Amino acid sequence: MTESLNVTVDRRDGLAVIYTEGYINNQGGEEIARVAYKLIDEGFRVLLLNLGGTKIVNSIGISILIEIIEKMIEIAGKLGFCCLTPTIEKTFHIMGLAQYAPIFKDEESAVAQLQT
Amino acid sequence: MAGDAVMREVTLALPMMPEMEIEASKTATAIAESMRMSPDRIDEVRMAVVEACINALEHSRAADREVYVTFEVLGDNDPEKLRITVRDTGVGFSPDDLAEPTIEEKLKSQRKRGWGLKIIRGLMDEVEIHSGSEGTTVVMSKAR
Repeated sequence: MTESLNVTVDRRDGLAVIYTEGYINNQGGEEIARVAYKLIDEGFRVLLLNLGGTKIVNSIGISILIEIIEKMIEIAGKLGFCCLTPTIEKTFHIMGLAQYAPIFKDEESAVAQLQT
Repeated sequence: MAGDAVMREVTLALPMMPEMEIEASKTATAIAESMRMSPDRIDEVRMAVVEACINALEHSRAADREVYVTFEVLGDNDPEKLRITVRDTGVGFSPDDLAEPTIEEKLKSQRKRGWGLKIIRGLMDEVEIHSGSEGTTVVMSKAR
């Protein structure tokens, strides 16, 4: 069985939203990273990861998200997360991710905050 | 001990194949739902099971190439607690020698992984780890 991850992107003025649907494991994390690094290469410095379609993650997948956070710090960009399940949000807090990549309840508030 | 009688028990033997942790998480969900655990708590159990299984699947190097996951519903008249035991017969490790990961250290490090036990401890009510030359057993539980 395979729980694959679908990743889609919405490029907007000054910000790109990455939508995920499915399990974020190592392959899923790598796919998100591939998309994020492509957006950075295109010039985007503000990324929002909307995980509304993801109900389960694992720590290997999250470790790859930490690589993206590291990259965003390196380029003085901004990365945020929105629409997390309560358990994924709790896990991100346990790991301390929220200190470096803010977590927003919904996409609207995330976009408003990240663009300031 | 009151409330700790085993009302129901299910054991899975997972072959070391990709995404077997998802099979264990599905069983965890079904059993927790049968206990009428709240959806948020079920989600936390599911995530902890995924992490415990991944640790065993990835690191145990067990000769029998299997990971055993036992789910026990504990209680007297009503289900009160779900206890999950994830066991392998691999090489073992020393939990006391593992430094607790921090985001600050991981951001600087080449190795970003190593979060499993911290996540499990953060999501479950009780966690015990026994490890030695005959393998590793993680026992974790959550009240309904």
